[in-house]
Amino acid sequence: MNTLRQIIAVTAVNLRAIPSRLGSSMVIVIGIAGVVGVLVALLSMAAGFKATLAGTGTHERAIVLRGGSTDELGSVITREQAAIITDTPGIARDADGTPQAIAEFYLLTDVAKPGADTPSNVVVRGTRVDVGRVRPEFRIVAGRMFTPGVREVVVGRAVAAQFETLRIGNTVDVRDGPWTIVGVFETGGDVHESELWVDAGALETASRRTAYNSVTVRLESAAAFATFKDALTTDPRMVVSAQREPDYYASRSEQLHLLIRILGYTVAVIMGIGAVFGALNVMYAAVATRAVEIATLRALGFGGLPVVVSVMIESLLLALAGGLVGAVVAYVFFNGYTVNTLNFQTFSQVAFAFRVTPELIRQGLAWALTMGLIGGLFPAIRAARLPIVEALRTG
Amino acid sequence: MRYLPLIWATLWRRPPRTLFTMLSIAVAFLLYALLTAVNAAFNTGIEVAGADRLVTTGRYSLTQVLPAGHIQKIQSLPGVALVAGQSWFGGYYQKESNFFPQFPTQIEPYLAMYPEIVLPEDQKQAMLRTRTGAIIAKTLADRYGFSIGDRIPIIAGIWPLADGSNNWEFDLVGIFDTKNPKDRSIYEMMLFHHEYFDEARQFGKGTVGWMVVKTRDPAQNETVIQQIDALFANSPHETRTQTEKAFNQAFIKQMGDIGLIMSSIIGAVFFTLLFLTGNTMMQSVRERIPELAVLKTLGYSDGGVLALVLAESLALCLLAALSGLALAAVLLPGIAAKLPGFSGLALTPGAFAGAVAIAVLLALVVGLIPALRAMRLQIVDALAAR
Amino acid sequence: MAQTVVSLRGVSKRYTRGRQTIEVLHNLDLDIDKGDFLALMGPSGSGKTTLLNLIGGLDRPSAGELRVGDARLDQMSSAQLTRWRAQHVGFVFQFYNLLPVLSAERNVELPLLLTPLSAAERMKRVRIALQIVGLADRGKHKPAELSGGQAQRVAIARAIVADPTLLVCDEPTGDLDRKTADEVLGLLQLLNREHGKTIVMVTHDPKAAEFATHTLHLDKGRLVEQAAHA
Repeated sequence: MNTLRQIIAVTAVNLRAIPSRLGSSMVIVIGIAGVVGVLVALLSMAAGFKATLAGTGTHERAIVLRGGSTDELGSVITREQAAIITDTPGIARDADGTPQAIAEFYLLTDVAKPGADTPSNVVVRGTRVDVGRVRPEFRIVAGRMFTPGVREVVVGRAVAAQFETLRIGNTVDVRDGPWTIVGVFETGGDVHESELWVDAGALETASRRTAYNSVTVRLESAAAFATFKDALTTDPRMVVSAQREPDYYASRSEQLHLLIRILGYTVAVIMGIGAVFGALNVMYAAVATRAVEIATLRALGFGGLPVVVSVMIESLLLALAGGLVGAVVAYVFFNGYTVNTLNFQTFSQVAFAFRVTPELIRQGLAWALTMGLIGGLFPAIRAARLPIVEALRTG
Repeated sequence: MRYLPLIWATLWRRPPRTLFTMLSIAVAFLLYALLTAVNAAFNTGIEVAGADRLVTTGRYSLTQVLPAGHIQKIQSLPGVALVAGQSWFGGYYQKESNFFPQFPTQIEPYLAMYPEIVLPEDQKQAMLRTRTGAIIAKTLADRYGFSIGDRIPIIAGIWPLADGSNNWEFDLVGIFDTKNPKDRSIYEMMLFHHEYFDEARQFGKGTVGWMVVKTRDPAQNETVIQQIDALFANSPHETRTQTEKAFNQAFIKQMGDIGLIMSSIIGAVFFTLLFLTGNTMMQSVRERIPELAVLKTLGYSDGGVLALVLAESLALCLLAALSGLALAAVLLPGIAAKLPGFSGLALTPGAFAGAVAIAVLLALVVGLIPALRAMRLQIVDALAAR
Repeated sequence: MAQTVVSLRGVSKRYTRGRQTIEVLHNLDLDIDKGDFLALMGPSGSGKTTLLNLIGGLDRPSAGELRVGDARLDQMSSAQLTRWRAQHVGFVFQFYNLLPVLSAERNVELPLLLTPLSAAERMKRVRIALQIVGLADRGKHKPAELSGGQAQRVAIARAIVADPTLLVCDEPTGDLDRKTADEVLGLLQLLNREHGKTIVMVTHDPKAAEFATHTLHLDKGRLVEQAAHA
């Protein structure tokens, strides 16, 4: 109890001194804010990217690709295979008995941002006008749906925001000349919003393709997946693989997600080391300027521990302030900030928004406190070991 | 030079403080060097692009396939020296994370077009003789422990064999390197015969992914580009031809905002750093006010005192920056060996010069306020303040 | 006829503090001859340090004429004063004011860095100066490793190393015990007698003043008495 009272007394003295050393205290705050800001921003980018892909699809849906294909672009599903897949047990059916399955084309086309002479790989999905039967989250938010058999395009909300040329009424080169944009759609913020959707039949003619890329099916229930998968994989007529949609899309985000996270942590560790040195400087200086005060307290009978703890508390509070500033800055500037990049696992452009989640803020603050702890510990020990008599004399 | 001992001694007035400050600056420059090296690796494609090389792809996307007959037609154009068709194989070794690019291509014209790829003559001959042969970059061979004579299994991500199996096998007959080690990242790949690939695959026979074209004279590039695309205009398989440089540039641009993010990180690091260093210099000058007043008493001019403080700041920043860069130079080869696709990571002279320039700028920025303060010091007041 | 080194005619010094103007020195006339060792005495606030600062070229008079050697200090710019100080004045302070990070030698060398002398040449002079103050063997020591008396002697060596016209000392023994103080004063006396240095010293210690050839008393900015010692 006595020690606690001492700690409170010494800490109060220290904290009251902060305003007089505002400049150097700000060094800790800003140094750590910089580190936490960069860390949270980078991780929020990784999180946003992953959320966009991993948030695609539901457990009640499965995607069927050619066996061995890692993504839709490299997959080939022939007409005959598509017919067999559509008839596999486990697929939900409409009231009239029609299976809720859709065979789609998936290809890339070059779209250039205005002012940029270099194009980006944008996904074109050849689908059907009744795609909503399989993907009920699909909704036209502007304009109208494409007309079957006609060279018309509906563009995802995200890709429309990133590429200004993708406006209703404009045209976009899909295959065999320009196609007219007639609508904008959304699918709940998932990766499909980075795609252009067209009629499968029209695309088939224009691209002279004979085989689909994938079949997406709606299952009777999430549990029906096993039935569906078993039926498919034991079918001797073809080699195909079925994955639950969330599993498939999550696996397509793994590499870039990992890369950004590695980058984020590496930068944060290296910067953190720099910031710790800065904090050490400041805290050593703080202890030095307070040598007389500390020595006086010690002479009055205060113990070494309260001195150590009080210095640590000061350092941790400053670090916490820095962490909060960094997290808030990252949140204000980056949360929701949308960028697009090439997902090299699917070779296509994905637009996604940075997501500053509470978990990331918690991580950033933990990081800040770690830096404050290291930055305060050694100066605190120095403070406790200060020879009392000498400190009093030199003062 | 005569002031060096004075500057050096004042720099180390409080050794821990100077050391910590130096370390945090050094760390920032380490980060700078690493990030610029990564950025440079992204951009090597643009630098190494041959002035006389063009790339012909499908008009709408690189991923469109083209008829193999295009190769002959392009070859017969007057301005064209060589053509090599290529495809994207998109397979992997053992598991998907062991990914590296594999290209079926026409080996003879391809190697003739890329003199920067160095393959021993006997291995080249062996490659031309071996139908199922493959050659691979040295960095990849080192990473996966491949040696000549090995049969390398590659699992197809796109192209199954005629029997539907995804398990391709190639005979490794050659290991190549690049003339300049820093170009390694861009040629980190495996090459095999397009002819064999076309025979063995299940579908897509008779097509190529794209073509690399070598012109007789770079000055004719524009003409040749127009000729090629005119050749196939209004056909079912229209093409788009660009210089290799433009093609590579477009590819890098696809990464989108990565470059921007890199510069933002560097910016944040330096802003943070500015604060740490600036504070140290202020502290140091504050402590030395009476000493600086003494120097002025002794007849050191205002400009002289300003120069002394700036020189100290310069010494601090340069020394720290150089140690950070030195550390980066030591670490980079190790990182390059471990990071797939970045085997060319290195500290370039340009990045080095940039770092030194930044260090000087940093020194001036953080030193200026304290230096001005030192310069404006009123001797009488400063001495009386004791 | 003794040569006049320092000459003040009607010198005043005023400071403005906010709206108030305080006149620290009033209309002073004073001559100091070459080879004099002048002690300036007076209570705190009498203006003795201000007068010393004027003579040393650290500050300029508000009015009047101030001549040191051939130089009209009252007419010089701050930059000109700086250059002038480097060549003509040596300073000794109460708290020595050595640079703690430099060795005794390097401290003594500081004024010479402003001259075109070579490194070897500078070191030679530094050694001579240290020899004169009796610290030839302490050249490599840092100020913290020296006693107060030794530190003050290093400061004196620094003051004389560039061979200035005038030595200006502000309470040079204020921080020293009697015995050490006497040693330091003896050294100043020696420099005055043997090396012909003109010295102006501010002190509040009558015993210190006894080492000087003249003593002047200052009170409220005016000279009150002038006495010559034997």
